[in-house]
Amino acid sequence: MKKTIKTVLPLLLVFMLILSACGQKGNNQGGPGAGNAGAPGAGNQPALKKLKVGMVTDLGSVNDKSFNQSAWEALQQLEKDHGFNVKYLEPKTDADVVPSLNQFVKANYDLTWATAYTLADAITQLANENPNSMFGIVDSDLTLPNVAAVSFKEQEGSYLVGVIAGLTTKTNKIGFVGGMDIPVIKRFEVGFREGIKAVNPDAKLIVNYTGLFNRVDMGKSAASTIYNDGADIIFHAAGLTGNGVFNEAKERNSKGGKVWVIGVDKDQSLIFGDDVTLTSMVKKVDEAVYQISKSLAEGNFPAGQVTLMGLKENGVDIAPTSDKNVAADVLAKVEEYRQKIINGEIVVPQE
Amino acid sequence: MEGSSVTKADIALELKGITKRFPGVVANDSISFQLKRGEIHALLGENGAGKSTLMSIVFGLYQPDEGEIYVNGQKVLIDSPNKAIDLGIGMVHQHFKLVEPFTVTENIILGMEPKKGMKIDIRGASQQVKKLSEQYRLDVDPMGTIESISVGMQQRVEIIKTLYRGADILIFDEPTAVLTPQEVSELLDIMRRLVAEGKSIILITHKLKEIMEIADTCTIIRRGKVVESVEVAKTNPQELAEKMVGKAVNFKTEKEPAKPDGILLEVKDLVVEGGKGKNAVDGLSFSVRAGEIVGIAGVDGNGQTELIEAITGMRSIKSGEIIMQGKSITNQSPKAVSEGGISHIPQDRHKHGLVLDFTVSENIILQTYDHPQLNERGFINMKARDEMAARLVREFDVRTSGIDTKVRSMSGGNQQKVIIAREIDKNPQVLIAAQPTRGLDVGAIEFVHKQLISQRDQGKAVLLVSFELEEILNVADRILVLFGGQILGETTPESTNDQQLGLMMAGKREGEGAHE
Amino acid sequence: MNNKILDIFRRESAVIPVVSIIIGLLLGAIIMLIGGYDPLLAYDSLVAKIFGSSYDFGEALRTIVPLVMCGLAVAIAFRAGLFNIGVDGQIIMGSLGALIVGTKLSLPPLLHALAAIIFGGILGGLWGALIGYIKAKRGINEVITSIMFNFIALYLSHYLIRNFMPQAGTQRSAMIQESASIQIGWLSQLMGGARIHWGFLITIIAVIFYHIYLNKTKWGYELRAVGFNPDAAQYAGMKVSGVIVRTMFISGVFGGLVGTFEVLGVFKYIAINSVTSGLGFDGIAVALLGGNTALGVLLSGMLIGALTYGSQGMSFGADVPGEIIRMVIGFIIFFVAAPGIVKLFFRPLTNKMKKKV
Repeated sequence: MKKTIKTVLPLLLVFMLILSACGQKGNNQGGPGAGNAGAPGAGNQPALKKLKVGMVTDLGSVNDKSFNQSAWEALQQLEKDHGFNVKYLEPKTDADVVPSLNQFVKANYDLTWATAYTLADAITQLANENPNSMFGIVDSDLTLPNVAAVSFKEQEGSYLVGVIAGLTTKTNKIGFVGGMDIPVIKRFEVGFREGIKAVNPDAKLIVNYTGLFNRVDMGKSAASTIYNDGADIIFHAAGLTGNGVFNEAKERNSKGGKVWVIGVDKDQSLIFGDDVTLTSMVKKVDEAVYQISKSLAEGNFPAGQVTLMGLKENGVDIAPTSDKNVAADVLAKVEEYRQKIINGEIVVPQE
Repeated sequence: MEGSSVTKADIALELKGITKRFPGVVANDSISFQLKRGEIHALLGENGAGKSTLMSIVFGLYQPDEGEIYVNGQKVLIDSPNKAIDLGIGMVHQHFKLVEPFTVTENIILGMEPKKGMKIDIRGASQQVKKLSEQYRLDVDPMGTIESISVGMQQRVEIIKTLYRGADILIFDEPTAVLTPQEVSELLDIMRRLVAEGKSIILITHKLKEIMEIADTCTIIRRGKVVESVEVAKTNPQELAEKMVGKAVNFKTEKEPAKPDGILLEVKDLVVEGGKGKNAVDGLSFSVRAGEIVGIAGVDGNGQTELIEAITGMRSIKSGEIIMQGKSITNQSPKAVSEGGISHIPQDRHKHGLVLDFTVSENIILQTYDHPQLNERGFINMKARDEMAARLVREFDVRTSGIDTKVRSMSGGNQQKVIIAREIDKNPQVLIAAQPTRGLDVGAIEFVHKQLISQRDQGKAVLLVSFELEEILNVADRILVLFGGQILGETTPESTNDQQLGLMMAGKREGEGAHE
Repeated sequence: MNNKILDIFRRESAVIPVVSIIIGLLLGAIIMLIGGYDPLLAYDSLVAKIFGSSYDFGEALRTIVPLVMCGLAVAIAFRAGLFNIGVDGQIIMGSLGALIVGTKLSLPPLLHALAAIIFGGILGGLWGALIGYIKAKRGINEVITSIMFNFIALYLSHYLIRNFMPQAGTQRSAMIQESASIQIGWLSQLMGGARIHWGFLITIIAVIFYHIYLNKTKWGYELRAVGFNPDAAQYAGMKVSGVIVRTMFISGVFGGLVGTFEVLGVFKYIAINSVTSGLGFDGIAVALLGGNTALGVLLSGMLIGALTYGSQGMSFGADVPGEIIRMVIGFIIFFVAAPGIVKLFFRPLTNKMKKKV
């Protein structure tokens, strides 16, 4: 027994280390830049200062197909458009977060982004310690004199996908899977509920909070329960946990069922395919990071404020590929509600 | 074969001045000897004398620090076993190097598989194995798997392995240690046939009987040095033993008649469960008095292990009682039994008697480390420990490069001395010795027996469990024969002999002939 | 004294890790070259990251502390023949203990921290001892139980934090009271705000304790005997099951202390994560590289900690992904675990050395 351990263990260790090394990612150059291939070079905007902007991911990788990646794409775009000097760090443990942020601060970066609200404590600490450095944080409502926080009106985007769900459902039962019962996620649920109610008052919403954001298995079992209850569409706001919702839907569809998932944060049809993804509620983190970083160079950096990005600010939206599965008349209805929200006719509640 | 008539062409293998040093020991000190073609040359020496090191050098496992090796008169450098095999040297190891689930043929060709295109030519190989087996009358089934054949057969597979690789010089390392008497005599026949076919054999052993029976020449090694090479026909076991040990050896252990006193250890109606719900010890009663050695004779597996484990507290008792000096010690912890005055030399010294990766001094204190003289508020008194170890090493003549030597690197005899030193130094009332001389050479056996007798003469009760008839007859004052967990009879060495005892051990009561 | 230190490095047990480290770093450099990075610049930034500023040096120490402690936790179990892969769970129990005392009790500063550390350490120890007890009394393999206990600890902590110590609106617990903090304010300020805490001192004490306990005391003697040969230990009258439980308790205390350091000295709260920290697994690597000795674990913990922390500097200064360092650590462990390969490299060398003797 002992001998087996002695021989197997080291191999296992090596295997794990290599796996973790390979799994996380291997290329610092990042993926292809985000669109705008023909964007004018830095020469066209001579007025803009060439800033040094850093960003620290939450514990995921920069290629997470989510906020980390969106934010990084925005920074790469800034490099392309305005010659910014950009760089990112990926802390591997909670304890590494502060030193990573500090790395940028000590290297005199003009602005350091944190791409998730989980970094709020670290940003608070550093912002207090370094009053002359500027920070940005996504998905947070921190108000500190040298921090620009970005928060999204998820309820508005969720309202729109709620409209789509309410008009698309055949069973009049719709599901919602949330990662955790916290204010941000609650906004998704409430907006979604309101959207459904507006177009289909008879539809029933089944809500399930899994409690964790990165447990695919829990997402799958939550989705299974909801689909078993008769729902044919589930909107998830549960990060990685939501992948389980997609898995469950795919399984059901491959067995001849027809259920839908509404994705979140990015256009998830690009990952999970059009056969299960009805639409997605997109949070335009790239837009926010791009605009706010640029505003620092332009001298109107929104420090000390929470920049709220809603439909009006182009901060949330439905995925551009929605027309593949959503009927044209439904999309027309969506446009109708979009205008009503933008011009203030409808105010979507947060809770 | 007269030594003077030997010409160079008759020498198969010659070693000149081979010296091999290990940290703290000179394992081989300028060893020279000649192996003549077609002879069986015995290499005799105690455990740790340097025989195995020497043969490892010949087989290319070690490099000598000094000295030269000649094969067929040609000076050679043997830097790997492959080179040795190329030179026609084959080794039959004491512990077989076989792959259990493989067939005989697969094992034999392992490492030099004959190819037929891309495929291994198993059929051709097995025919060749069969041929070799028939030539030397080895009677091996080429297609049988190793795990399905007996130990004796496995050894023959090892022999064929060397022959298959073209060996002319065969080294047998303690080949009879693992064999039954029947298998031993068969092996000796095989060796005779091998030399008859022109092979030369080196036989490493410490068993005098085998040397007398089969070897032509015998080279005796003691403490790394060659004592003498003698022609076996011109010597006798007594002489060989004395040369090996370096002093006069008594085969018949000398002892005064026992003067038994009061009962120290008493076992009453003991029942101990073995595996599978059977009673391994089934209603045993006996007693051991102060000043006597009670020998428990019997074939392995008749309840010896369970009996000892029950007495020493290692195994719980189903029913019955064990009484030590009038007090019951039934189902006490091993610690309590040991502290109560019972010392135990376990049957399996590697598994139960020693921590092989501990040093001599660490092993010496294995039971007494928490006694006041060694233990100061939880800290082990290293000075006291080392003094104790040094004293016992001296008193019991443990041959070691130091008390900080790991026991694993010591010879079996010296390991056993460490155990005996530890157990006797506890000054027990009762000493239980289970197979105390297993695997030991003549000198060490004599030492162990003397220690047991001296304990008896000091008024201790000694319980000796052994599978060796000779040992029981030599050492014990009273003999109990154990069969099927019961005592089949009681006798004394004076009133019995090995035939009689052998029959009883096989389950036949005297004059009865019936099976229990 | 000097000679003694040299002797340690002459021993084969030290040569193999040292050679492994060198080969590991070289292989890392080769991979960087293949990947189009500059290995010299990378290693330069790595070293600069560790020693470049007092802040970084302090943070590197902060990284090293839990690795050494986890290394000790794994090593002491190893020495008793036990494979404790439940250190992660023991860390969680320790941090829970510290959090409970740190948030729920009100005590004067020094006392509060001390109480939190002790409570956390004992909680971790009991968690480990429970695994040992199940092994000793029921014969259930500690590898299986300790993995399961990791999950039980994880979800227990989620439950307790959510229901008794939550911070509203977040995925973490409430903060501990300042009186329970073990950060060393003045030293931290001296080191540019690096999160230096008293756990550093406790770690040094733990290393010394480990050495003395194992080699000088009767309990350590029993532990080693059981580790080498439990049968012989039992024959000698030792209580093997007691030794197993005791050893797992100490192992658990080491793990638990890591948890208390993280809560009281680094974060001041526990975040609700869906996976355990993985520090316990790093501890296996540390123990393996350090040969399960006190000095070895200390040195290997320092090495792995420094490499891990320095890898951030590598990605910042030379754009080399931090994963390369994980690979280097992997290589080192591989060569230590398969010493035959290393021996092959310097076989001629040892032969020469032997001839000189």
